[in-house]
Amino acid sequence: MPMQAMISIENLSKTYNSGYQALTNVDLQIQKGEIFALLGANGAGKTTLISIVCGIVRPTSGRVFVDGHDIVRDYRRARSLIGLVPQELTTDAFETVLATVTFSRGLFGKPKNPALIEKILRDLSLWDKRNNKIMTLSGGMKRRVLIAKALSHEPSVLFLDEPTAGVDVELRRDMWNMVRTLRETGVTVILTTHYIEEAEEMADRVGVISKGELILVQEKSELMHKLGKKELLLHLERPLAAIPPVLADFALRVENEGLDLIYSFDRENERTGIATLLRTLTDEGVRFRDLETRQSSLEDIFISLVKDAR
Amino acid sequence: MNLHAIRAIYLFEMARTWRTLLQSIVSPVISTALYFVVFGSAIGSRIAEVDGVSYGAFIVPGLVMLSLLTQSVSNASFGIYFPKFTGTIYELLSAPISFYEIVIAYVGAAASKSIILGLIILATAGLFVPLHIEHPVWMTVFLVLTAVTFSLLGFIIGIWADGFEKLQVVPLLVITPLTFLGGSFYSIHMLPPAWQTVTLFNPVVYLVSGFRWSFYGQADVSVATSLVMAMVFLVVCMLVVRWMFATGYKLKN
Repeated sequence: MPMQAMISIENLSKTYNSGYQALTNVDLQIQKGEIFALLGANGAGKTTLISIVCGIVRPTSGRVFVDGHDIVRDYRRARSLIGLVPQELTTDAFETVLATVTFSRGLFGKPKNPALIEKILRDLSLWDKRNNKIMTLSGGMKRRVLIAKALSHEPSVLFLDEPTAGVDVELRRDMWNMVRTLRETGVTVILTTHYIEEAEEMADRVGVISKGELILVQEKSELMHKLGKKELLLHLERPLAAIPPVLADFALRVENEGLDLIYSFDRENERTGIATLLRTLTDEGVRFRDLETRQSSLEDIFISLVKDAR
Repeated sequence: MNLHAIRAIYLFEMARTWRTLLQSIVSPVISTALYFVVFGSAIGSRIAEVDGVSYGAFIVPGLVMLSLLTQSVSNASFGIYFPKFTGTIYELLSAPISFYEIVIAYVGAAASKSIILGLIILATAGLFVPLHIEHPVWMTVFLVLTAVTFSLLGFIIGIWADGFEKLQVVPLLVITPLTFLGGSFYSIHMLPPAWQTVTLFNPVVYLVSGFRWSFYGQADVSVATSLVMAMVFLVVCMLVVRWMFATGYKLKN
């Protein structure tokens, strides 16, 4: 029997009152304990998708289930499982850190638990600031407060909407560690990001959304394996004015004023053609002083996918 | 019912009152005290009794009602508008809480603040004029009913408003004139007959009249009519709030 998905999105569409269609027939299943990265450009529909699952925006059509609970009919159970860290630093500026985090726990129907709140604040390095008004905190600290609020009611699903936008390297590393720790406790994490390295670093699966359509969902490793092209870069001794006709069958291009010759190949092929290329180059008298190989990053893959979808 | 959530919102809103004590409590009390000095003592001493009640005492229910109406509207409208303005409304909308629970918490807090304020003003009035409350239970009923109804109205305004200007427009241009023209400072019987008829379209007349009746046993309109009109206004506000939540008006679209 297949495991029930933690998040199940069926044929979801959203058209705003202005007529703008933000989502079109989105289907997506996210498993328990998974870290799922949703990639997309600005306005692609990432935040709308998250907002619908969290109950902030009404869908035009389609259904969403959180651990089997319909987000409309059984919204109490569905929402009580979700923690949301929004993209914007929206905080109660005049409240103290402790008060606002305690408020969030109550809002989600949980009785007071000062020990848990203390642990969360300590884990996020906020305990010393607990009596500070939020408006006195730095941007990074405010982001931590939002995370503390989202974790205050012990959610099973955590949505991080652009969690590291504008934060420093230290906080970004802390956040990545926190996400991994949460996953170890069985929490499902869904993050939207512009930073491809974030998805590459953390996600189990990646979804790419473009113009409101989910154009691809795949295991990150599979995606990189499948779509990842490799390149052989040859640093030439002398600049090459043009690619010799005898090499026309190879996927070659010249960069760096003719000093770099780049060969793209599919690493899945048994015969990459590298040996033949090098032999032919030697025969043609094209000498190189160094060589290296490089693999497409998730960013390259993302850009090419979005370009294809246009 | 998510009682923890109702409690959390209620306490959060009440905490804001104590944090802004000067603006929430002290300021309305001082302005009401000034009304007593000007209308009750300075001018009131030259005005004859109204329906057998000294003018200073006559205006007490009206002044309490004036503060109750304006404060209920401004407390509730600000309470729900502020999270919209700062963006923290996301948390409210994503919480496992029904719209009715949201209304109970926000309107409950706004009404509580207004009632506390109304009672403080009443106590302040006692320093200037001798107070007599003939029907304390009915006084409480009118006090609570009015606070809840106008807090609901404030809640509606807070959801409707998309800027601070709009937040101020209704209290300044609608509530205050209606209250001043609703018999707070005079008996509507003092008006020419035509204006008496026009005044009857003002819902505040019924609230002030009913409230004043609970003090002195005299009213411009019958108490039953006052009560029915207050209830009608309450139901209308509840229906509007229900429609707003059912359609997600200015919240979820």
